[in-house]
Amino acid sequence: MATKKFMYVNRKAPYGTVYALESLEVVLIAAAFEQEVTLAFVDDGVYQIIKDQKPKAIGMKNFSPTYKALGDYDIKQLYVERESLEERGLTEDDLMELTYEDEDDDWAEKSSLSIISRAEMAELMAAQDVTFSF
Amino acid sequence: MSMLHIVNKSPFERNAVASCLSHASEGDAVLLIEDAVIGAVAGSQAATLLTSALTTKAIYVLGEDLAARGIEQSRLAQGLQVVDYSGFVDLTVQHDKTQSWL
Repeated sequence: MATKKFMYVNRKAPYGTVYALESLEVVLIAAAFEQEVTLAFVDDGVYQIIKDQKPKAIGMKNFSPTYKALGDYDIKQLYVERESLEERGLTEDDLMELTYEDEDDDWAEKSSLSIISRAEMAELMAAQDVTFSF
Repeated sequence: MSMLHIVNKSPFERNAVASCLSHASEGDAVLLIEDAVIGAVAGSQAATLLTSALTTKAIYVLGEDLAARGIEQSRLAQGLQVVDYSGFVDLTVQHDKTQSWL
């Protein structure tokens, strides 16, 4: 099967709407098809991968630990837009540690997160074959 | 490899139009549908944003959604192009890829 570049663009904060959870579900399904998968976190989407989410008190399931499992599904290209973080008063330190084990480097644990500029995000979007928006 | 960007939310309610314009590449096209069409009215704040993007991108507005909202095509900001549903289909064919901004 030919490999295509798939990007999942996440622009919504979690919990207020179902977009973030639905995106995560679709990403996990896609992972089973061995395509090149990239996740983008833009605008309020950066809130999906923030540390210490505690939605129990609002009656929601905390699905944020699932992002930590993405590395096990060979999804290791997570791009976060720097301007989106800055506009919201956030920094890289506010984000969860998301890692994968590099099989080509003796299974060394490496970060899956890359912080990139808006201009770099635009280039990355242009380089995809298929884009899914959430 | 150009992309058709489709936006369906009012620019006065969400930042989808602004975010789309700041991520669209030169030579891409942007199509405003549903509530996004209200940003295309000349004199609106959003129209300023849209017309300044015309130097590098083509911007289209879906006529049926304008008509549904009582917006005459003569009210649109200069340089924006109106397409009907069949033009919408043509745009998806003319561009290699599409991206929706929800």
